Amino acid sequence: MVQAINDGLRSIMKEDESVLVMGEDVGPKGGVFLATENLTKEFGEDRCFDTPLSEDGIIGVGIGMAMNGMKPVCEIQFQDFIFPAFDQIVSEAAKMRYRSGGQYTVPMTIRTPYGGGIRGGLYHSQSGEAYFAHTPGLKVVIPSTPYDAKGLLIASINDPDPVLFMEPKALYRAFRQEVPEGVYEVELSKTREVTPGGDVAVFCYGAMVPVCTEAAKRVKESRNKDVRVVDLRTLMPLDEESVLQAARDCGRVVIVHEAPRFCGYGAELSALIAEHAIETIEAPIKRVAGFDTPFPNTLENYYLPDARRVLDAIEEVLDF
Amino acid sequence: MDDPFQIIDEAGNKVGKAPRLKRETLLRMYRAIVSTRAFDDRCMKLQRTGKIGFSIPNRGIEATSVGGAAALDAATDWIAPHYRDFAMMFYHGISLEGMFDNMFGNCDDNAQGRQMPVHFSFLEPIKWMSISSPLGTQIPNAVGIADAMKLRKEKGIVLTTFGDGSTSTLGFHSGLNWAGVKKSPVVFLCQNNQWAISCPSEKQTMSESYAIKGEAYGIPGVMVDGNDVLAVYKVVSDAVKHARSGGGPTLIEAVTFRMGGHSTSDDPSRYVDAALFEKWEKRDPLTRFRKYLIDEGHLTDESAAAIETETADAMMAAAKVAEGKPRPKLGSIFSDVFEAMPKHLETQMEECISHFSDRDEAVNEKGEFPL
Repeated sequence: MVQAINDGLRSIMKEDESVLVMGEDVGPKGGVFLATENLTKEFGEDRCFDTPLSEDGIIGVGIGMAMNGMKPVCEIQFQDFIFPAFDQIVSEAAKMRYRSGGQYTVPMTIRTPYGGGIRGGLYHSQSGEAYFAHTPGLKVVIPSTPYDAKGLLIASINDPDPVLFMEPKALYRAFRQEVPEGVYEVELSKTREVTPGGDVAVFCYGAMVPVCTEAAKRVKESRNKDVRVVDLRTLMPLDEESVLQAARDCGRVVIVHEAPRFCGYGAELSALIAEHAIETIEAPIKRVAGFDTPFPNTLENYYLPDARRVLDAIEEVLDF
Repeated sequence: MDDPFQIIDEAGNKVGKAPRLKRETLLRMYRAIVSTRAFDDRCMKLQRTGKIGFSIPNRGIEATSVGGAAALDAATDWIAPHYRDFAMMFYHGISLEGMFDNMFGNCDDNAQGRQMPVHFSFLEPIKWMSISSPLGTQIPNAVGIADAMKLRKEKGIVLTTFGDGSTSTLGFHSGLNWAGVKKSPVVFLCQNNQWAISCPSEKQTMSESYAIKGEAYGIPGVMVDGNDVLAVYKVVSDAVKHARSGGGPTLIEAVTFRMGGHSTSDDPSRYVDAALFEKWEKRDPLTRFRKYLIDEGHLTDESAAAIETETADAMMAAAKVAEGKPRPKLGSIFSDVFEAMPKHLETQMEECISHFSDRDEAVNEKGEFPL
């Protein structure tokens, strides 16, 4: 996936001179995960450059550039470090169009690796998507495959509004997939059906997609039930219709994310389904999530939902 | 640090070499100060009579705004302002009607009444970046606007303004540090009006001045008498030239005094010693500049009085027009969140409009912003 992201950046930078890449260590080093490898070499220091160690500065300056004709792609090295820039994202980027009646806009993309899987402990593992999906005026996108990562990233960069593009670092080098050369887009606000099925709908995103796919495979083997795994891909604005359609088709729902359960994204999905499709739901909506604790280091794999925990939840809703 | 740079002293006498400015420019500067005072008075009355919710007094700091504004080229430069710089808008001829549309939050307001009054946003005749309430956030934004100009090898620069309190914010540090490193074509104008709502400078910083903070970022820091419009003009013009020619940013501290409350909801007599107001009244930027212009033969008592009457009348008339306009449509709550309205907002908009068109109970619109 990290190569697809690198390829996505390179492809769009070639095509669109207003696209810039900026962040900590994104220059000659190529980023701590090598997502920006060789971009400075290929496009020069004006197009891909290192910044002072200031998340507030990276986003604050990026907003100014975006207002003045550029399409900055700002990297926040770990999503855990984004909070000094929270004010700039929430108060400025997300509200600029609204508060100026469309006179000033912020076509900026913020790339940031999130989630567990690298033994990063409290400050290199968090999943903060709910903070951001709660912010009107900000889009939140999370890919789960190399193909989607490239296409969704290019769509985010070309989007006229600010996009927080959260990259599941656990999947950076998890598996290989061929991606087309050059520029292509995967449309935002469209879910992806990962596995077809009509018995249980499992909603997930990012690194939880392969976990849920594995759980679905096991349910097929053990119970001969078909699980529809739905990869949300864009959390805001959400493709509500396909979520509701999957819930109605299956009548049983499991929601999976790494982030803590309380006020997590699953709470919104659960409420959405309860409000609009409760008459078709045959079992309690089940959430599998991180615990409501900070993210632990040594016991990381006991914190992160795995296929077995998802499998148990699926069986529970099947048995209800 | 040296004493603040001065050209016209407190008594209105010329004590330094005046910059070469045409008579029409000098009068344009003068009119901008007079307009600001008239706009302030009108807004204060509108707020006191309950017609608008809020305003920000500008009395006392106008020379800093005008001196800064006059140093810019509206064709290429941007202003990334804070909320106490009305005179910059008057100097550049931003639409008075548009300003009052914002104060009333009516249907012609650029932001459709979404923001509190004084949070202006304009594209013409100069780029006046939309104002936000959180402090200091415009500083890194200004640096980004400037860096975009530099990347495209344009001639423009950005002037960003903020108060003394904002020097304690994250944005001040991020913005100045970045601009120092990148040599961004930006001018940081700190309007040291001595008060951050009720917090005086001695509780804001232990630095001997605000200007000296430039040293920490490797950029020049200059202190100027903020009530001397020509001195501010000279210092900002030099900084603009420096930025335009690739020299990088400058931090300017304009020492002035806020001759009123923080906002219409604030009572400064609770924390400002009356003697301080008396002391600064003697340094009033309008009186000082008027005496200078009369001494130089550009103005007479009669022509000055005529400008004041004419300006006050224009304010009254413009306020009336804005007051008479209807409020924004209900649907404006939902537009401009994103470029294209997503499905969930369409649904919420339909529900909202249908609720309020059907319901038999009026919405209670009373209540004031408490600050």
